[in-house]
Amino acid sequence: MLRLVSLGLLIIVWYIGSFIAGEQMLPAPMTVLNAILTEARSGELFFQLGVTLARVLVAFTLAMTIGSAIGLLMGRVALVNQLGDSWLVVLLNLPALVIIVLAYLWGGLTEVAAILAVAINKLPTAIVTVREGARALDPALDEMAKVFAMPRLRTLRHIVIPQLAPYLAAAGRSGLSLVWKIVLIVELLGRPNGVGFEIGIAFQLFDVTRILAYALAFVVVILAIETLVVQPIERRASRWRLRTA
Amino acid sequence: MNDARRAGGSELLDVRIVRKAYAAATGQPLEVLRDIAFTLARGELGVLVGPSGCGKTTMLRIIAGSDADYDGKVVAPARGRLAMVFQEPRLLPWRTVEDNVRLVAPSVSESALVTLFDVLELTQHRLHYPGELSLGLARRVAVARAFAVEPELLLLDEPFVSLDDALASKLRDELSVLVESRAVTTLLVTHDLDEAVRLADRLFLLSARPAQVLAEVSIRVPRGRRTDAELSVAKAAVVGHLRGPLDPAIKA
Repeated sequence: MLRLVSLGLLIIVWYIGSFIAGEQMLPAPMTVLNAILTEARSGELFFQLGVTLARVLVAFTLAMTIGSAIGLLMGRVALVNQLGDSWLVVLLNLPALVIIVLAYLWGGLTEVAAILAVAINKLPTAIVTVREGARALDPALDEMAKVFAMPRLRTLRHIVIPQLAPYLAAAGRSGLSLVWKIVLIVELLGRPNGVGFEIGIAFQLFDVTRILAYALAFVVVILAIETLVVQPIERRASRWRLRTA
Repeated sequence: MNDARRAGGSELLDVRIVRKAYAAATGQPLEVLRDIAFTLARGELGVLVGPSGCGKTTMLRIIAGSDADYDGKVVAPARGRLAMVFQEPRLLPWRTVEDNVRLVAPSVSESALVTLFDVLELTQHRLHYPGELSLGLARRVAVARAFAVEPELLLLDEPFVSLDDALASKLRDELSVLVESRAVTTLLVTHDLDEAVRLADRLFLLSARPAQVLAEVSIRVPRGRRTDAELSVAKAAVVGHLRGPLDPAIKA
């Protein structure tokens, strides 16, 4: 209920802002909604959203998989942590734009370079979060698995990953929002399609309505993923907590 | 350096630890075990009794293969042929009772599981999560898990500590039934002399740190038929080996 009131308030403020700033600077909510519907009817909206979403998912999966593996290793093996820590600091502090520009310079304006640029941007935060999780693993459960001679993969799946779940969820949550923002910049700078590319065109034409239409449509997609995919997975993973609460 | 190899013959467990020390925070080595030597034959139940903090858990960890940094030699069944009940139940909170047991014993048959849960009165808790169980029940699950792997050697690290007397006594009886029926070689660690004389075939009395075996007492009367008088005699025999008054850390 409170969420609906909050949303209603946002729309009212938007209307007032639009009235003060003028339609060209800040088009009213209905104008943007009409633009979304027009783009949707032509099929353009879904195509561009699909392309961006595909890039988001590939880059996100890549960064999360590699980041989790490296984070787990760094958290468990002191030598790997000592070796990788300074690299991690460099990656964490390298501006996203620098990574994107370098990726395009070295790899050309290609899909691979674009995806890698996004994944590398997300990688260090995934590593840091999962490393913290790996450091918090319970050594008593580790010892139990060893005494009972549980195979490594079985231990990883049933003992390590469930303990890492909150950290993986945190890395995933922050990752999804970070990745889609970076994908838009990557598309703006060097791809011939996607929401970022469309926003770039709209920027050149000073078409604020189109910018807002694409941005809002993509926010809705991300919200849908959050509600329909991320939250159910989290609920499932923390079922035992609910039972014991 | 140690020399661990696998056991064979009638002796299932052969422990010879010359020295085990930890590096203390001061940088000085902290000696925990010194000149420990004992064996257990197949099917025997040995009890190590000694004051809290004397290094009993360290010894079990060495036998279980979790700690290889010691001088000496331990001959024990290979990993996968031994099981351990830790001081804390060490269950996975995200798996049900049944799944906790099946995780370490994937090939356990349904009928074996039913029998185990029946003896340990866990049948109605099969689908419960550890967070829904009392400490006594969680300990039972840990015992069920250890028996489910059908070990040659079972290590028990103070499994009844911090339970009330009635519950501890009930669990002791259940454990006794399981050990008897499966003829599994068992090594139990406790600081409770009363518990030790009730369960042991052979009892090893340990000194304070660094732990050494002060005495070895064999109790011939079968576990289920020990009268209070016989238990008192056994206790007196153990206490008689102590030079001074009974160490206050050992609960007589």
